[in-house]
Amino acid sequence: MAGRTVAEKILARASDQADAKAGEVVEAYPDVAMSHENTYLVNKAFSEFRLAKPWDPDKIVVVLDHRAPANTAETAAAHASIRTLVKEFGIKNFFDVGEGICHQLLMEQKIVRPGQLVVGADSHTTTAGAVGAFGTGIGATEMAGVWATGHLWLKIPETVLVTMSGHLEKAVFAKDIALHLASKLGPSGADYKCLEFGGIFLFDISISGRMVLCNMAAELGAKTAIAPADSTFAVWSPECCGRDGVACRSDPDAEYSDKIELDVSTIPPMVSGPHKVEDAAGVEKFEGVKINQAFIGSCTNGRLEDLIAASWVLRGHKVAPGVRLIVAPASRQVLSDALDMGVAQIIVASGGTLLPPGCGPCLGAHEGVLGAGEVCVSSSNRNFKGRMGSESAEIYLASPATVAASAIEGKIADPRRWLTVDL
Amino acid sequence: MISEGRVWKFGDDVNTDLIIPGRYLSSYEPAHLARHAMEGANKDFASKVSRGDIIVAGRNFGCGSSREQAVVALKHAGVGAVLARSFARIYYRNSINLGLPAYVSEDACTVLNDGIVATIDSRTGRISSKDGKKLGQFNPPPEHLRAIIEAGGLIPHLQTIMRPSPRDRP
Repeated sequence: MAGRTVAEKILARASDQADAKAGEVVEAYPDVAMSHENTYLVNKAFSEFRLAKPWDPDKIVVVLDHRAPANTAETAAAHASIRTLVKEFGIKNFFDVGEGICHQLLMEQKIVRPGQLVVGADSHTTTAGAVGAFGTGIGATEMAGVWATGHLWLKIPETVLVTMSGHLEKAVFAKDIALHLASKLGPSGADYKCLEFGGIFLFDISISGRMVLCNMAAELGAKTAIAPADSTFAVWSPECCGRDGVACRSDPDAEYSDKIELDVSTIPPMVSGPHKVEDAAGVEKFEGVKINQAFIGSCTNGRLEDLIAASWVLRGHKVAPGVRLIVAPASRQVLSDALDMGVAQIIVASGGTLLPPGCGPCLGAHEGVLGAGEVCVSSSNRNFKGRMGSESAEIYLASPATVAASAIEGKIADPRRWLTVDL
Repeated sequence: MISEGRVWKFGDDVNTDLIIPGRYLSSYEPAHLARHAMEGANKDFASKVSRGDIIVAGRNFGCGSSREQAVVALKHAGVGAVLARSFARIYYRNSINLGLPAYVSEDACTVLNDGIVATIDSRTGRISSKDGKKLGQFNPPPEHLRAIIEAGGLIPHLQTIMRPSPRDRP
């Protein structure tokens, strides 16, 4: 018998089978079922079952992050109805407005463990792979089915192994690796597949950085992305090791549908131009493009590590006149740490605006919506036409350091000019 | 299940922000969503689409967000089925789960021109012209999905079978 990939092992365990192989369709039992504002839709569909309670309220996580604090009276009403239902169902893992972004909280609150199956009513649920879990996005109605039955069908994906070697150059971050991968693989390059990250470079990269890689895998069409839990994880979450959660990794003779070798030392700071994530190239290609707004935040790049990188760029400088620098920490914890470390103060002193923890303007709902013809450089994950507001607005994607450097220059800028320290 | 309608043609990578932008998602009202269906890809679509019309697209239809309002917007605008070279996985599941048939077809994109009237048969996978001439083929979905489509979506499907969980069986 050939060896098994980590994805095959996790789904075998989640479907009560001794063994399972890519291509098989299994009925899987999620360990965590997460939804955000769309819990409103989940509950609407769930109510059609006329069940008193979901199958297991302890496995459900609800986070208000997409339009938080509420942007309209309708959102406020949806938030209110969600608060009522989490109380009624006894859902303990409820995070109200201001606590942060769902994918960040799943990690930070140590809700997700290695080897678990996580389903989330959000496409970036792949982020959970940073701790060796199988995270995958589903829709609200499907989540209602999980609430009712506790299981869902999943086809076990083939795995593409990305083996990374080398060290990152100065001012290059996990986001640049992700944009590089997007430019190589395209928006459906990992369609329906698991992207597994491996190689000696993993020792270099924090849980935050792994979250970026797994998060952006969604932009390649991946069903999930996994960086198997290792010593970095053990240091990050010592309380978890050896307890619940089964850390697992792929067998040496596991079968992969493709293998990609990547020397990360060859990757420069990257920028992705409008309106496709895969239209990414070295920052030189886009340098000089005038910007109106610079956004640092989102489930991709709103963590402490990201705010620190931005603050090292911004320290002692001012945001260019006419440019709005908007920073949304990924969680209350991130904001609190950024305040303790003086990082938030640097951002504010440079002329930046801090938003409450949450998704911020990433999805174009509020807090920095773009007007006609405006240009934004953003640390978020999608630069689709019309995503952040007007359809004639343009979104460029980059790392937080590149976004900060661009905010100072008022145009897309090379972070290597501004980041004078090694991070 | 046989459906007939006018073909609306789109290209590759039609993402969920083109199908229904995030700025319209504060309201969950299907009629509101339908008024903005496909706004980013074709401004005239929402006002001109008729009940039963068919969307034909290239690769990776529905990529991006998990928002199932993308499916709700199309369904309530009147779209009867979507045929594409390939679908983004969450969109595909959402479409089946909400009872909007989604079929993978290489042929559709090649043989169906924008504006013509076509007939599709979900059982046989046959694509025909209005006068019954066979134009092409799509792969009928696998058994476990056909059951959901025929029930009209995931909720009615689960309601009819409401299988006891395999873990609960004696």
